[in-house]
Amino acid sequence: MRDRTPLRLTRARPEPAFTVTFDGRGLDVLPGRTVAAALWAAGITSWRTTRHGGTARGVLCGIGVCFDCLVTVNGRPNQRACLVRAEPGDVITTQEGTGHDGAR
Amino acid sequence: MVGAASALYATREGLDVVLVDRGPVAGGTTGSGEGNLLVSDKEPGPELELALLSGRLWSALAAEAGVAAAIEYEAKGGVVVASTPDGLTALADLAVGQRAAGVTADPVDAHALYDLEPHLAPGLPGGVHYPQDAQVMPTLAAAHLIRIARTGGARLRTGSTVTGVLRTAAGAVRGVRTDGAEIHAPAVVNAAGTWGGELAALAGVELPVLPRRGFVLVTEPLPRMVHHKVYAADYVADVASDSAALQTSPVVEGTAAGPVLIGASRERVGFDREFSLPVARALAAGATRLFPFLAQVRAMRGYLGFRPYMPDHLPAIGPDARVPGLFHACGHEGAGIGLSTGTGRLIAQALAGRTPDLDLAPFRPDRFERRQEDTA
Amino acid sequence: MTAHGERPRLAVVGAGPAGLAAALAAARQGLTVTLVDAAPQAGGQFHRQPAEGLGARRARALHHRWSTWERLRDGLARHVAAGRITHLPDHHVWTVEREKDTDPDLDPDGTFVVHALRGPAQEEPATVRADGLVIATGGYETVLPFPGWTLPGVVTAGGAQAMLKGGLVLPGRTAVVAGTGPLLMPVAAGLAAAGARVAALVEAAGARDVARSAPALAAHPGKLAEGARYAAELLRHRVPVRSRHTVVAAHGTDRLDAVTVAALDPDGRVRTGTGHRVPCDTLAVGHGMLPHTDLAETLGCAVDGRRVRVDDEQRTDVPGVWAAGETTGIGGADLALAEGRIAGLSAAARLDSRTPDRSSWRSAAAARSRLRRFASAVDAVYRPPAHWTDQVTDDTVVCRCEEVPAADVRAAVGELGAGDLRTVKLLTRAGMGWCQGRMCGPAVAGLLGCELPVSRRPFARPLPLGVLAGATEDPTEDPQPVRPEEENA
Repeated sequence: MRDRTPLRLTRARPEPAFTVTFDGRGLDVLPGRTVAAALWAAGITSWRTTRHGGTARGVLCGIGVCFDCLVTVNGRPNQRACLVRAEPGDVITTQEGTGHDGAR
Repeated sequence: MVGAASALYATREGLDVVLVDRGPVAGGTTGSGEGNLLVSDKEPGPELELALLSGRLWSALAAEAGVAAAIEYEAKGGVVVASTPDGLTALADLAVGQRAAGVTADPVDAHALYDLEPHLAPGLPGGVHYPQDAQVMPTLAAAHLIRIARTGGARLRTGSTVTGVLRTAAGAVRGVRTDGAEIHAPAVVNAAGTWGGELAALAGVELPVLPRRGFVLVTEPLPRMVHHKVYAADYVADVASDSAALQTSPVVEGTAAGPVLIGASRERVGFDREFSLPVARALAAGATRLFPFLAQVRAMRGYLGFRPYMPDHLPAIGPDARVPGLFHACGHEGAGIGLSTGTGRLIAQALAGRTPDLDLAPFRPDRFERRQEDTA
Repeated sequence: MTAHGERPRLAVVGAGPAGLAAALAAARQGLTVTLVDAAPQAGGQFHRQPAEGLGARRARALHHRWSTWERLRDGLARHVAAGRITHLPDHHVWTVEREKDTDPDLDPDGTFVVHALRGPAQEEPATVRADGLVIATGGYETVLPFPGWTLPGVVTAGGAQAMLKGGLVLPGRTAVVAGTGPLLMPVAAGLAAAGARVAALVEAAGARDVARSAPALAAHPGKLAEGARYAAELLRHRVPVRSRHTVVAAHGTDRLDAVTVAALDPDGRVRTGTGHRVPCDTLAVGHGMLPHTDLAETLGCAVDGRRVRVDDEQRTDVPGVWAAGETTGIGGADLALAEGRIAGLSAAARLDSRTPDRSSWRSAAAARSRLRRFASAVDAVYRPPAHWTDQVTDDTVVCRCEEVPAADVRAAVGELGAGDLRTVKLLTRAGMGWCQGRMCGPAVAGLLGCELPVSRRPFARPLPLGVLAGATEDPTEDPQPVRPEEENA
């Protein structure tokens, strides 16, 4: 028997994947997934470092309440990865600090 | 804040101090303040004298070990911005008077203005730079001044409501009654801020302190995009106004912690704690006009507070001639954080029977009563 | 009917079970309903659906109460097609304004203005005007801090479930599900069914706690059967269940690689020497739920404890405002459905200046009483360990947004004399960050030893200052005009 996966469990037939980049690296993304789901699917669990301790963060609440999963998408910082849907060609980058630090 | 500073300086005068608050530390207007230590918004006169004294005392406190960082003291300076050439002339005139009173007030042209604040809206003619303006985080400032006072022997009673002022047969103050125990002392300092009128009433005297509501918006954390306290020239007029109606004038400043604070609204609506969306909109509109980049920046929260307003915009500081032993230190409107150190020093000197650094006559707590008698 | 000659307009905020039930009931009675919801599809957290592009043909494999969902989904589609409900997905409500001193019968613009943000970055304003409002904003999960809880790979139990249901994705291969509450079993079962190895389900409550509440719980055979089903699923996936245990620490450098699980004594203290390490790359953890009360609080509705206060018609004490579902107290999807239905029927009558016929919701009212009793029994059983703060070391981050360690909170209480949440926030910044204290509030309250007070959050979500500045000039989204011939559809 093949490994169980969420896609197999729900007998999913996804539409064709598209490509985004995360910190310059190309990722295939199934349509409809949020940025967070796209990154999880690629085995990535953190995409932000905090502004004081510089520690890595990713998803905590998964429903837009905790703001821990903030990420920069197409140059716009502080997007909640768990809410924002990934779109073809998105440039997703690890967010450092306030996300505005390059804007000075 | 004023109570904290009074307790600190009184302790340093060698007095035995009990600090009483019905709430927690900084639970009143202090916790809702922005922490302005300003000379720039004051016209020459007794309030400016007090601001200059207070500024020197803040800077001395900040030089004590660990204090500046603990209270987030920042001598960042203020910039008052004119929106028209006429406005710039008026600002320059005010600055001349302020300089004569000892304020450092440097007129800046358009070029120098954008050197000071590169993200200001384009097309502004200039302004005045006030390097003496500074900022603290008000709750931290109050808490740490109290901490230092306590190491000097002061005692803190939070969550303790004063329910009466104890008097001798001759009418002199001999302490306060609280919902807990009585506290006996030959002198009582009323530092109840916006609620100072209620406390004065417990001692049987009238003190016309009224609430003047203000809202503050707080943005997401940012790197330093706003370097000074920046405000539009009409702020000075709003501060000095007597109107009860809503006034908003943009006041924008960055903080050590990252968020930008946006004020300032003034309205006399009693103690109404309901959030007002129209006020929040007006603040956002003013701030984004001054700093267009803020339009994309998100507001995370907003809060309100009640400034202790007095009819002539001067605080009540010093002994109350009507009740021996009663002192007042309240009614600083929107300047209580900044003016707290000077007020605390003057109160401590008065308590210790020394000659105060400033003449207390303009701040006499009973001045309103006298005025009414004059007109009667 | 309102004086402006149209049907009364009802705005429902939240399209979970409560909001859907309210919207359907009100629309059936002839109200023009606008259903405003943050998610891309209706369903809320309980009925969260996979993104359409994923082409799931058997989403029900991850769901419970599928037939209930089908009924809600189809009902919504019918009313939307008939023009009685306008569904506005991807609308994030940041505040609701009550236009005071206006008579709803005279003011054609209505008395409530719902302000939302939409667009991929939530930067475009949208407003909905209505004569009445149902708040059905649900709740969110509480997580209490422990060393290592900020490591990537530590997620809330509900978060793991939401990502699985909506994105058909897992955070890792080996998961521990921990904390307390009725959510943990379905989350563990779902993760296991979707292919994760669930190394342990760690529940703070013990069998004895359940037994103590047995009479209250036994009155709900349906709920017990549901529990038994989950237990069977866990057994089938060989998930070890550790009751009266807790996760005391999470380990890893840049991401989670193990947790330490320890036993609890009857007083809720960790038994020394019982800790053992469980390797895992995912920890799904939760300690119960809290209602979203921001909109109600800003409108001036009374909030008791943490719940919006409602009467037997689900009315708040602000005229024209109803509340239903978790926002009135955590009680689950079935209770939300019953409350939503009552709110919708009451609103339909009240906004039409009629007294509602209570018999029209008799069965919903009966279900509501039964399920509220069940919810309090559940609440009594599933409590975080009484002495959980013992495990919070001084360097443990309490406020994740502002990175405030427990030591700072303790110093604010000890050295600086703070005794309440607001003062601690002002002194330490705990609760001042992006989430506005939603995540750290219960933790700070626990460290202080006080109850969690009601928070005032005039902005239910952050919004661009440019939107706030221009909030008066928003394009108004008025619901579609109703086609009268479908009145009785």
